[in-house]
Amino acid sequence: MALPRSLRVVAVGLELHFKILSRSPFDLWIVLATPLIFSTLAYFLFTTDGDPGALFVAALASAVMGIWSSTTAAGAGALRRQRRLGVLELLVASPAPFGAVVLPITLALSTIGIYSFVAGVAYVRLLFGVTPDVADWVAFGAAIPATIISLGFFGFLLTAALVRYRSAFMIGNLLEWPVWTLSGLLVPVALLPGWAHPMSWLVAPTWGMRALRGATLGTGQPWLDIGMCAAVSVFYGAVAVLLLRWFVRSAREHATLGLA
Amino acid sequence: MTNLRVFAIGGYLSYRALFGWLNPQLYVLTLLVPTVTQLVFFVYLGRAAGVADDAFYVVGNALVAAAAPGLFGMAQTIADERETHTLALLVASPASRLAILLGRALPVLANGVFVAAWTFTVGGLLFRIHIPADALPGIALATLLSAFACVGMGLCNAALGLRWRETGVLANFMLFALLIFAGVNVPLDRMPGWLSTLAQGLPVTHGTEAVRELVAGASLEDVATLIAAEGLVGTAYAVVGLLAVRLFEVQGRRGAALEVA
Repeated sequence: MALPRSLRVVAVGLELHFKILSRSPFDLWIVLATPLIFSTLAYFLFTTDGDPGALFVAALASAVMGIWSSTTAAGAGALRRQRRLGVLELLVASPAPFGAVVLPITLALSTIGIYSFVAGVAYVRLLFGVTPDVADWVAFGAAIPATIISLGFFGFLLTAALVRYRSAFMIGNLLEWPVWTLSGLLVPVALLPGWAHPMSWLVAPTWGMRALRGATLGTGQPWLDIGMCAAVSVFYGAVAVLLLRWFVRSAREHATLGLA
Repeated sequence: MTNLRVFAIGGYLSYRALFGWLNPQLYVLTLLVPTVTQLVFFVYLGRAAGVADDAFYVVGNALVAAAAPGLFGMAQTIADERETHTLALLVASPASRLAILLGRALPVLANGVFVAAWTFTVGGLLFRIHIPADALPGIALATLLSAFACVGMGLCNAALGLRWRETGVLANFMLFALLIFAGVNVPLDRMPGWLSTLAQGLPVTHGTEAVRELVAGASLEDVATLIAAEGLVGTAYAVVGLLAVRLFEVQGRRGAALEVA
């Protein structure tokens, strides 16, 4: 019974936080503007002849950048926000597992990234006349939720790892540019120094972008990359749950829940 | 004398408040690390695109690093007053608006110069950019004026903060506009003519071009026009910003809308 109940908590929480975020001008700005900004940048830098395939992939990459922007800082500071709202103690004291309460917050942050995909694709369609030309629609359709969910779990891990830091929001913010660089979104990983390649395997956007690019262009192994999205999500989730359990126990023992 | 105290002490306290009161680690987390990671991203993006060399991106992103303190810092000087419920008190005070705003702008300007210099130094070392020693005074002047222009733009954003709550969104928009359209990451000749013309009115555009020429071996005299143009752009934004603060303050008082904007 415990698992279905937790799933229900996650589903209801996801719906609630998605609605809240969908009314936040700042969060909407991030997910809507980032794909437009970086698609424009890619257009000026990469294409003088308006290669539609490259532009469409650049729009997808820019959308993933938008999701990561939304997830990283806000995800890292998610519990701080609950603390500021004065509900953290209530959430910890509730009978639902704490992880099931926190996960929907970060999943919602990545799920509003669906706006990023819509904005990015519509933008290159309207401004540059790029029609989506996807080689494998089924894999493409699976890659979008896989990418969004894996980024949500990455945010969940950040929340759990940085829960004791008052400056978690800032630390999360620090990761924005490095992950954009590492995960092969607009910059090919092959161009980075050799020591950076293994680091790119650890971050979810790498696998999400590989899946999206592979499904669009008919290259690589998109289903394998989708599987990697699922694998890293399980890994992030397991580590985050352990960290949150430790945090809750420590905070209860020392009565420091509202103080960190 | 009172104006001088408002300028100096008010400006100092406001600047300290920007970083969560007495917490220097936030300064590093907010400004020093992200500007370098942003520079690294664009250098590699430039390598992938193959449209310009590393020096192009190091110079551009070092100068635009002054924009984050200018745009966000100035906007927060108004937005934070609202958050701490002191905006009405500030507006009701008899202190000179010019002294208050200039007092708040000066540390933000110094901060912008420092962050740009830091980013330039780290980026130059990371990507081995050779900078001629005799170019340094010119680079310092161009950096100072670029930071001043960003503060001017930030002042416009701060003024809007009297009428609109989401100054963070606008600061983000301005920052990204500079990243794309000010010749920082995209050579102006790759943009449509009307866009590159528009870029002439943006902060950082002329300063970046001047520093690139100085790094390439030009003398200060060679880039004097560009540096003067950067100063002119900055002055224009600062004047518009100051006038806008006055205008929106009067509107806010009339409509009793300061706290509800």
